[in-house]
Amino acid sequence: MTDVFPPDLIRLIVSFVIVVAFAFTNAAVLVLVERKICGHIQRRPGPFEVGPHGLLQTAVDGMKLMAKQMLVPRNADASLFRAAPILSFVPPIAALIVVPFARLLQVRDLDIGVLFILSLAAVNVLAILVAGWSSANKYSLFGAIRAVAQNVAYEIPLLLSLLTIVIWVGSFRMSDIVAAQGGFWFAFTPMGFVAFLVYFICGIAETNRAPFDLPEAESELTAGFHTEYAGMGFGLFFLGEYTNMLLVSAIATTLFLGGWNGPAFLTTTGTGFWATVIQTLWFLAKVYGLIVVMIWVRWTYPRVRFDQLLNFCWKILIPISMANLAVTAVWLKL
Amino acid sequence: MIPRPDPTLETLVLNMGPQHPSTHGVLRVVLKLDGEYVLEAHPVIGYGHRMHEKMGEVRNVSGFYANVGRMDYAGALSFGHGHVLAVERMLGIEVPPRAEYIRVITTELNRIASHLLWFGAFLLDLGAFTPILYSFDDREYILDLLEHVTGARLTFSYFRVGGVNRDLDERFIQGTRVFIRRMRSRFEAYHKLVTGNVIFRKRVEGVGIISPDMIRKYGATGPVARGSGIPYDIRRVEPYSVYSELDFDIPTFPEGDCFARYRVRLAEMEQSLRIVEQALDRLPDGSVMAEKVPRKLKLGPGEVYQAVEAARGELGYYLAGDGTDVPYRLKIRPPSYSNLSLLNELASGVLLADLVAIMGSLDLVIPEIDR
Repeated sequence: MTDVFPPDLIRLIVSFVIVVAFAFTNAAVLVLVERKICGHIQRRPGPFEVGPHGLLQTAVDGMKLMAKQMLVPRNADASLFRAAPILSFVPPIAALIVVPFARLLQVRDLDIGVLFILSLAAVNVLAILVAGWSSANKYSLFGAIRAVAQNVAYEIPLLLSLLTIVIWVGSFRMSDIVAAQGGFWFAFTPMGFVAFLVYFICGIAETNRAPFDLPEAESELTAGFHTEYAGMGFGLFFLGEYTNMLLVSAIATTLFLGGWNGPAFLTTTGTGFWATVIQTLWFLAKVYGLIVVMIWVRWTYPRVRFDQLLNFCWKILIPISMANLAVTAVWLKL
Repeated sequence: MIPRPDPTLETLVLNMGPQHPSTHGVLRVVLKLDGEYVLEAHPVIGYGHRMHEKMGEVRNVSGFYANVGRMDYAGALSFGHGHVLAVERMLGIEVPPRAEYIRVITTELNRIASHLLWFGAFLLDLGAFTPILYSFDDREYILDLLEHVTGARLTFSYFRVGGVNRDLDERFIQGTRVFIRRMRSRFEAYHKLVTGNVIFRKRVEGVGIISPDMIRKYGATGPVARGSGIPYDIRRVEPYSVYSELDFDIPTFPEGDCFARYRVRLAEMEQSLRIVEQALDRLPDGSVMAEKVPRKLKLGPGEVYQAVEAARGELGYYLAGDGTDVPYRLKIRPPSYSNLSLLNELASGVLLADLVAIMGSLDLVIPEIDR
C-alpha cells in the first residue's frame, strides 16, 4: 500500500486541498468583512438581512454567481476569455504554498521562496491583460492597458523593498527570514520601516485596490477589465483579488512583521500542537490587521489619476527604495 | 460632427453613455481619444426628452404644477418658483409676504439638498465612495423636513400661483433650526475628510479651467460662472421674491478650475443656511395664499420672462399668452444646458479621468437638459 500511495504524494494532495480551501474561505470571509467595515465607515450596518447580522450574505452571493450563465461576447476571443479568470485566480493560490503560517505549517520551504512568490504574482497582470484584450470591449482594453503600465511600474519598488530584506538576511528562504526576526521585526528598524511602507503601498497597487484601482475604475471605465464578465467568471476575478490581498499581507507579515513570531514575551518557537496553534494565530492576526488597513484605505480616499500614479512610482517610490537598498547594503558591509 | 470610427486613424472613438456611471443619467458623450487623452467630446442629448415644454402649451397653469418638479429632480422647488413667479408677474398677482418667505425657506433648503447630492456624486466620480453616504445623511434631514411640509421628497409641486398650498407649522420651524445647527458642524467634517485630502486636491486643482470669456461665450451660469470669478447670481442682479430683504454673500472664486467650483458650492450651502435662518427669524404672520386669485388664470395677451437662481444657475421661464388659460408658448431655459455646452472646448486635451472630474464639477442634471 505504501508503494501505491507514497507519503509525499498524499502530503501534496492534502496540502493542496487545504490551501485551496483556505483561499476560498478567506475570500468568503473577506467579502463579508469588507462589506461590514465599509458599511460601518459609511455609517450603515452593511449586509444585515441574510442570516444573523448578514453573516450568510457571502454564501448566498456565491450561489448566485455560480448559478449565473457565463456569457461570452460575440466578438470576444472565447478561449482566452475563459482562460483569463483562471489565470487570475490560480497563481496567488499556488504562491500560498511557500507562506509559513507557523514554524511547521508550511507546504514547501523552497530555498527561493521569495522569488517563487514574486514570479507567480507577476502572472496576475497577464490575466488582466488577457481579460481586457479578449473581451473586445474598449473599456476593458483601457483597463488592461492601465493594469499593465501600473503593475510593471510598481513591481520595481516592490522588488527593491523586498531585496532590502533579502540581502539583510542573506537568504530567499521564507523560514530563514522569519528566523532572523526572532529578536526584532524588520518593520521596527529604520531601513526596514521604509521598505515596509514602500512595499505596502506597492502591494495595494499590485492588487489593484483603491486608491490605485485604475484598471477597474468604475466612474471612468464602467468596470474596467472585467466589464464583460458575468457569473463565476467575475467571481473568480473577485476570488483572485481577495487571495492576492491575502498574499500581499502574508508576504508583508513574513518579511517585515516577524512572521509567526508574537510580541516579545508572548511568543513561542516550539513545534508542538499548541505552539503551532499560537504561531498560526499570531500570523493570521497580523495578516488580517494589514488587510483591514487596506480596506480602510479603500473606503476613505479618492482615486488617483493615471499619470499621477505613475509619477508617484517613478519619481518617489523607486528613488526611495533604491536609496534604502543602498543604505542597507552599505550598513551591512560596515 | 459626431466622430465616426475610422480604422485608418490612430484615434479611438469611445461611446460614453447613455449608460455610464458618471454621466449621471442618460447623457451620451461621444469621445475621440488618443490613448487616454480626449481630443473631442460631443455630448448627445435627448434620451430623456419628455416634452415638458409642449405639455406646458396644452395644459392650463395648474395642470403644469406636476411637471415643474420633474425636470430637475435634485432642485425641484426652484423650478416651481420660477414657474409661479412668471405667471404671477403676467397676471399681476400680489403674493402675501408669508408665502414668499416660505418659498425662499423651502427653496434654499432644496438648494442645500441639491448641493449635498452633487458633493457626494462628484466625489463618487473621483473614486471616493464614502462622502456620498455622509452627505446623504444630511440630505435626509432636509428631505424629511420638506416631506413634512410639502408632502413630497423629491418631485415637489408645492408652490401655487398666489402662494403655497400649505402653511409651515411649528415642527418644521423647530426642525429647521436644529438642522441649521447640525449642518454648520458638519461642514468641518466635510473639509477634514475631503477638502484637505491630498489626492482630492491633485485631482481637482488646475483641472478643467474655464476662463471668464468662455463663461460669457457659452452663457454658463450658477456655480460654474461663480467658480470663474463672475459674481452673477439672479438673486442679486435681478432680485425676485424677498431676496432683496435678506443679507447674504455671493461666493466667487477666480481660479475657474474644478476646485473653485467645489468651493463655491460648499460656500453656497453656508450662505443658504444664513438665508434660511434670517427668513425664519423674520417670517411674517398672515395668509399663505393671495385672496384674489381667479379660478381660471387667463394669460395675456402678452409675454413675460422670469429668471430665478436654481441650484445649477439661471433658470428662465418665458411665457407667452393669447388670452386663454393655456399658455401660447412656454419656453424653459435650464441652466445645465448651457453649462454642458462648455464640455467640448473644456475636454480637448485632458485625460479621461479629468473629463469625468470636469463633468462632475459642472453638476449636470440630464432630465433638466432634455426636458
